[in-house]
Amino acid sequence: MAANLTLLTVMGVLYACGIYLLLERSLTRVLLGLMMLANATNILLLATGGYAGLAPLFIKGVAVEAYNDPLPQALILTSIVISFAVTAFMLGLIYRSWLLSRADEVQIDPEDRRVAQQDIYDVEEDSVIAPDTSEFPAETGTSRKKTRAGGRP
Amino acid sequence: MTGLAGLAPLAVVLPFLGAALTFVLIRHPRAQRTVSIGLLTATLLLEVLLLAAVWNSGAVAVRLGGWLPPAGIVMVVDQFSSLMLVVSSTVSLAVLVYATGQGAADGDREGPISIFHPTYLILVAGVSNAFLSGDLFNLYVGFEILLTASYVLMTLGGTGARIRAGVTYVVVSVVSSLLFLIAIAVIYAATGTINMADLAGKLADLDPGIQTLLHLMLLVAFGIKAAVFPLSFWLPDSYPTAPAPVTAVFAGLLTKVGVYALVRTETLLFPGEHLNNLLMVIALLTMIVGILGALAQADIKRMLSFTLVSHIGYMVFGLALSSVVGLGATVFYVAHHITIQTSLFMVTGLIERRGGTASVDRLGGLAKLSPLLGTLYFLPAMNLAGIPPFSGFLGKLGLLQAGVALGTPLAYVLVVGGVVASLLTLLAMARVWNRAFWRKPEDAERPDPLLLTGAGTGSTADVGARSGSRAVSRAARRSPRTVAARRPGTTAAADRGSTRLLPGMMVGSTLALVVYGLALTVFAGPLFQLSDSAAQEMLDRTAYISAVLNGAGVSK
Repeated sequence: MAANLTLLTVMGVLYACGIYLLLERSLTRVLLGLMMLANATNILLLATGGYAGLAPLFIKGVAVEAYNDPLPQALILTSIVISFAVTAFMLGLIYRSWLLSRADEVQIDPEDRRVAQQDIYDVEEDSVIAPDTSEFPAETGTSRKKTRAGGRP
Repeated sequence: MTGLAGLAPLAVVLPFLGAALTFVLIRHPRAQRTVSIGLLTATLLLEVLLLAAVWNSGAVAVRLGGWLPPAGIVMVVDQFSSLMLVVSSTVSLAVLVYATGQGAADGDREGPISIFHPTYLILVAGVSNAFLSGDLFNLYVGFEILLTASYVLMTLGGTGARIRAGVTYVVVSVVSSLLFLIAIAVIYAATGTINMADLAGKLADLDPGIQTLLHLMLLVAFGIKAAVFPLSFWLPDSYPTAPAPVTAVFAGLLTKVGVYALVRTETLLFPGEHLNNLLMVIALLTMIVGILGALAQADIKRMLSFTLVSHIGYMVFGLALSSVVGLGATVFYVAHHITIQTSLFMVTGLIERRGGTASVDRLGGLAKLSPLLGTLYFLPAMNLAGIPPFSGFLGKLGLLQAGVALGTPLAYVLVVGGVVASLLTLLAMARVWNRAFWRKPEDAERPDPLLLTGAGTGSTADVGARSGSRAVSRAARRSPRTVAARRPGTTAAADRGSTRLLPGMMVGSTLALVVYGLALTVFAGPLFQLSDSAAQEMLDRTAYISAVLNGAGVSK
């Protein structure tokens, strides 16, 4: 199977740009990056079919190798539909984010910050408990209670 | 019996049909509820029949459209996939009833809850498709169906917090799907097929370097979906903000679909032990880092999300051993964990309703306010931590036995790590128990008025305090009956208020799932037998491959 160098070069450039954009903080750029990555992957799928051949409609007397491989194209069609739906949804999310907070950026998780800033010392769990926490009065009562209280350091 | 297994595609078709019907019935909430619950019950019954059909007979392949593999798409029903189908549908049915109860209680007639039913059924269809798929690209499509549905469910209502979490979730999921698609493209370029049974034979002929590359690409793609340690950071960030039923079903199902794909990759596509050491290290890190994260959290939902990550480590542990005992324990553990994790999230949803918040700092005294809630939390929590009589203990015991049986130093380290993670899970569960259920509500930090007044007698003040709760005030606004009942300020009104706080349908479905989790303990014997024979069959591979390629199955 021969590979098409032009296709592979375009694919490489798209992947590089897509990854660069994906690492940005602005949501619109992230979306553009995802679209580029999806298209680069579609080109990769196309490249797996090799050079274009005849349309895959059966004609008597034509060798099997002369036809184009239809499977990668079927896969690309499916993947285009999926990336279309996801892009539309992402646009909706970005618009909603803009409406709510006027921000086109990946937002900070407040709960995560709160957990990161909390003190290592926890009053309820880490405080030193006073040694005498027995609810039994130590000096009164039977000898059994006395021995228990006495047994404590 | 093979004729029965030929009905397998219905497990995908029925939920899709339900999604279409519920979408048409979007203005008729009652009919919508009936249709979705009815069709999901039918799907569950069908899957039980499928499980019964393959319990002894082994894998059966269904050729869609009558096209012969490897060109056509096949669906494969074997013991593992049918067990996963039954467990996942049981859980999703329970969550559907729970969500319906919540929607009915809050009176969200016009709210986005009407879009919940169709989306939820599409999610179920995607999960079924992923479990049944015998073809890598069809697996990808299954993933995409369930992910797209999950994007909608995650951002239901479109509040600020959900949008924020939803963006992260969507971007991470899309990137993992793209990685999976790239892996499919490269696999197709290398072998000329994407049928999994066909690949099982052809991948072994490739150059070892390319094999490792393909193997790693699939592991990374599925590792993101399964939330395995270095790829797990998206999960605790995004899951807790979604509505309670949605988080419950996500926690139970979505990561397990990733684990399922990992199991198939390791057993069917790339058998052998090339990357087992790597997987073991990853399993150890997932268990320990996940549970340490859980200990730092104050929000119960976030804590549970971190324990979810941690317990994915156990499943990878059993998988990395690649022995019948280890893989069997993994299969058992997946079935156990889907049920338990979902029921814990459902209980947390109830805690949030009753206590007004899911933050343990602000909760207290729930054991006295609602002993039923306490029981519902306590049983799955102990089950998750692996306290002896429960199925969590049995699953972990199986994993530890398999680890000791392997006997390498790394396996022993994993065994110790598994025990430590289990103890730390117990600690995390006990902290929630001590704070939310056991201490006095007055000791909590800024406790919700619901907690302070709920213990008193049902007076007008009681009801007035309750109306501070968002859920109840919304219900009161929508439902004139509740308003009418509130006016006299009698005990009856307070009772009605408490049924709004803990609606019967929500408590009932949670109770049913907790009991189902206990049933996994009672019937652990046959279940272990089944998972061991499923593991045996997956490691042998021949039954699966011959069912697909040699037509041991039926055509449709």
